[in-house]
Amino acid sequence: MPNATTIALIPLLPLAGFILLGLFGRKYFKASSGIIGTALLLISTILALYTAYDYFFVYGNVNGVYQKFVPLQLTWLEFSEGVSIDMGLLIDPISVMMLVVVTFVSLMVHIYSLGYLKGEERFPTYYAFLGLFTFSMLGLVVASNIFQIYIFWELVGVSSFLLIGYYYDRPSAVAACKKAFIVTRFADLGFLIGILILAFCSGTLDFATLIERLTSPESNEVKTSVTYSFLGVSALSWGAMLVFIGGAGKSAMFPLHIWLPDAMEGPTPVSALIHAATMVVAGVYLVARLFPIFSITTPAVLELVGWVGAVSAIIAAIIACTQTDIKRVLAYSTMSQIGYMMFSLGVSGYGGEAALGYTASMFHLFTHAMFKALLFLGAGAVIHYVHSNDMKDMGGLRKYLPITHITFLIACLAIAGVPPFAGFFSKEEILLAAYQNNRTIYWIALITSGLTAFYMFRLYFNIFWNKPHHAHGENPATAGRHGEGGFVMMMPLVLLAVGAAAAGFIPFGEFVSADGKPLVSHFHLNFSIAPVAIGLAGILIALWFYKKQNDRPAKLAASLGGLYKAAYHKFYIDEVYLFITKKILFNLVGRPAAWFDRNVVDGMVNLTGKATQEVSEGIKKMQSGKVQQYAIYFLAGVIVLAALFIYVWR
Amino acid sequence: MNLLLLIGAPLLTAVAVLLSRNQQQVRWISLAGSVVQLGLAVALLLAFRQETAAGNTEQVFFEMNYPLFSSLGINFHFGVDGISVAMILLTSFVVIAGVLVSWNIENLPAGKAGMTKEFYFLLLLLALGAYGFFISLDLFILFFFLEISVIPKYLLIGIWGSGKKEYSANKLALMLMGGSALILVGMLGLYFTAGHSFDILTLSQTAIPAETQHLLFPFLFLGFGVFTALFPLHTWVPDGHSSAPTAGSMFLAGISMKLGGYGCLRVATYLLPEGAKQYADIIIILSAIAILYGAFATMMQKDLKYINAYSSVSHVGFSLLGIGMLTQTAITGALMQMVSHGLMTALFFAVIGMIYDRTHTRMVNEMGGLMKPLPFISTIFFIVGLCSLGLPGLSGFVAEMTVFMGSWQNDDAFHRIATIAAAMSIVVTAVYILRAIGQTAMGPVKNESFLQLKDAGWNEKLAAIILVAGILAIGIAPGWLNDLLRPAAEEIMNRIAGK
Repeated sequence: MPNATTIALIPLLPLAGFILLGLFGRKYFKASSGIIGTALLLISTILALYTAYDYFFVYGNVNGVYQKFVPLQLTWLEFSEGVSIDMGLLIDPISVMMLVVVTFVSLMVHIYSLGYLKGEERFPTYYAFLGLFTFSMLGLVVASNIFQIYIFWELVGVSSFLLIGYYYDRPSAVAACKKAFIVTRFADLGFLIGILILAFCSGTLDFATLIERLTSPESNEVKTSVTYSFLGVSALSWGAMLVFIGGAGKSAMFPLHIWLPDAMEGPTPVSALIHAATMVVAGVYLVARLFPIFSITTPAVLELVGWVGAVSAIIAAIIACTQTDIKRVLAYSTMSQIGYMMFSLGVSGYGGEAALGYTASMFHLFTHAMFKALLFLGAGAVIHYVHSNDMKDMGGLRKYLPITHITFLIACLAIAGVPPFAGFFSKEEILLAAYQNNRTIYWIALITSGLTAFYMFRLYFNIFWNKPHHAHGENPATAGRHGEGGFVMMMPLVLLAVGAAAAGFIPFGEFVSADGKPLVSHFHLNFSIAPVAIGLAGILIALWFYKKQNDRPAKLAASLGGLYKAAYHKFYIDEVYLFITKKILFNLVGRPAAWFDRNVVDGMVNLTGKATQEVSEGIKKMQSGKVQQYAIYFLAGVIVLAALFIYVWR
Repeated sequence: MNLLLLIGAPLLTAVAVLLSRNQQQVRWISLAGSVVQLGLAVALLLAFRQETAAGNTEQVFFEMNYPLFSSLGINFHFGVDGISVAMILLTSFVVIAGVLVSWNIENLPAGKAGMTKEFYFLLLLLALGAYGFFISLDLFILFFFLEISVIPKYLLIGIWGSGKKEYSANKLALMLMGGSALILVGMLGLYFTAGHSFDILTLSQTAIPAETQHLLFPFLFLGFGVFTALFPLHTWVPDGHSSAPTAGSMFLAGISMKLGGYGCLRVATYLLPEGAKQYADIIIILSAIAILYGAFATMMQKDLKYINAYSSVSHVGFSLLGIGMLTQTAITGALMQMVSHGLMTALFFAVIGMIYDRTHTRMVNEMGGLMKPLPFISTIFFIVGLCSLGLPGLSGFVAEMTVFMGSWQNDDAFHRIATIAAAMSIVVTAVYILRAIGQTAMGPVKNESFLQLKDAGWNEKLAAIILVAGILAIGIAPGWLNDLLRPAAEEIMNRIAGK
């Protein structure tokens, strides 16, 4: 049986780090905060690995099916009978896998940051925020209650906000962190309303009960809730769709992706952890967590998930081909790869062979975490060396950064789907699942896969080959001779490279599947010819264009004309958003509301005051103190009353 | 526990302040007095929990009843239920924080030399009014305490205020007096229909004809609504806050506005359930408008105090929305929102005051990068901002989610749309809060002289920590507050359901 204490400690240790460093770091642990944070996370990682071993090999598998366990559940806030927010630990294949991914990548980032951010003024704050993020992310993955997931969902959002805005004196970082928070908040509004709908339909917030009640067509909950509908769509479909919008916002799916490229303003290790390996896949995880509902009760919404994923995958890949900021290329690549995971869920069935997409999606999540974190950390080493994010300032770096070069190459091969690296296996499964269920999505995915290989190797050649490197503004002979950043920065690269190279050999279907039963994935040699060939073609084209400095890329850009320009400007989606927020929300809603309040509502109040004053000003003259005048008023009053008595009230 | 202690403590402190000789004595006596009040409030909570645990199921605990004008049916009738306990706790937190942030009132731009004594006296008088209000079970006495808390506000703003303070003080006092007039009419109406009684417990057992309820409800609800910034009677809020001294704003938003919310629920809704049902839809419409409209109006403000004042209109809308939804969960949420908003907004005003005392400006576009010279104050600013936008772990989230869950229990389109409209404010709130934080605490330092500023002193730190502790106590472990409020909300719902 799972040990609640051991598992609870995994998220609680980083939390302890957050509290300790957040409260006392600046004063007492100025230098040692990095070590403290890293040490706590090391323990967490060991516990997570132990939990994974224990679950997958010792107690998890009962009669050939991986079971769900809830070793701990505490009522946090009770709304009404049976409806409460519980804080619990849910142990099942995907949560255990995520525990390992999150703690491992976070540990790598903790170690790497020891070198990357050495000498930073706010070093303890940085590690405190990392601790907060890790805690929240771990709390999210083990959530046993849909509201618990929402709570940690918001907490990862705020940790992401704090870390993107870590360099708070840069206006661009401030703008980016606000944008990230507000865009995801907008999506979370959908999530929240989705939760309200699902909770109302099922009468519970607990995942297990929720799924059980909403997936059996005979249950009262499903029967009653199909009778509610809005715009011809049933309440349950609305609920599932709104929850998915929340997931799409966090996972930077089109058209809610605009925050992710800007989020690269944060320190690079943060991008590796939050905006590549863990937080941005939370949306995929959420859909996977509620997969039975999507798959059994609302298949139409699941199809929508598939299309959103596929569209995001290809749009992001096109944009990535044109960007020159290396972190932004990686950001769009992340979005594209998450699109893969999303549509893989979208084309999946619930049980047996048909559920390949689910397993493939989780597999890709796992391998992607390895190679994308590696890419970001490698990019960090490059940026550390040349002090610039732009490809134009790079080139020929393979001689100066040998370890970074090799590990980066491994990651590029992995993401391009070249066998036998990790990405090959997971992508293969995804493509197979798409092929079996939705041919259009399969073709989109195949094209995206070629584009992926192309832009990744465009990046690789531009950084490590091409023209020789010039550090801008410095003498190339003396500039940037401080090496690769030492052991603490290189060790994570090497470890992740091992993961990126070898993780594909894990028989993932044995452990993770939609219904808990082992899924035996068949390896189709014939099937993989097309994707591998297209990937290699992408690499070769990139080689031809970018290995040596030449004018071919410029010519290509010119010949593509409008398409290139549109992609370079990210299809003007940012501008559309800016128009909606600035022009419509601020100028057409906010400004009139403020004006209305000051001039109309408050005007009424002032008018009342003024009217009272005027009236009293007018009638105060009657109080003149002259007896004769009073006598006249008196006489007039008597006459009027007399007249009334005689003629009116008779 | 003897409830008279709760009135006695601030009264004695106020008298002692009047008798004290110098500023030093005034401050320490006030602080000691407010610590005693906090202690009493906590003791009350513990005693209350003990009673509940012991299976006491009475409607009100620690009841005491002394005749005042027996012939008119007016009595000193006191007693508390969970709602009162929560409100008393809130008051004691805000009072101690208010006393602490006013520590150096004489040296501040708003300070008046030699008038520290008067300032603290008025603060304590206001507190006295609030405590008395929350424990009263007699409408006459309740009204008496309500009025006690109005006058100090007028003086606090008129004397220690800033900007167009005379205008603001007049506006506030007149609008609140107008509200009081409505309440008085409604109260007398109740008194004469229900057989010459002002007693809330007696009235709650009396069958009042539905027509009378329909007639009286608007008087009471609107009257108390003025106090709690019911749209469109909220316009005293922005002006009043922007002119008030820091502690004045804290008391105003943290305590006074809660008197109104409490009255709307305890007097208007509880005593006139038929009236509440009749007007529930209008309450919902008005509060949903207030929530969204307040949030949008906040977005355009540039003065920190106006930002928090308008955001208060929006946040208080959740309390009124919860009341209008008429479900047990929603009413519990409404009450939680009152407590949460009280703590949060008091802290917000405290932080604004701290910033203003140093930079001598409240305009967000004149600040920038305050995180560097003022890390403590900026961190508190972050915390209170995050609480305001409903971050889990802080109190605002718990309250808002309870209101949403409760609202959603009404399964018709009207309530659903109102709930979704209200929920939309969580996005707008994020926009204005992040704008405010982004422009003040973050970004490049705009004014070089700001780099010389000194961070919070011990009194300011202590005040902030006390309020943050309250916010965290609700945000991290909301169970205790829920246990306190839910049975009381159930009692109100029983009355509404006619059980």
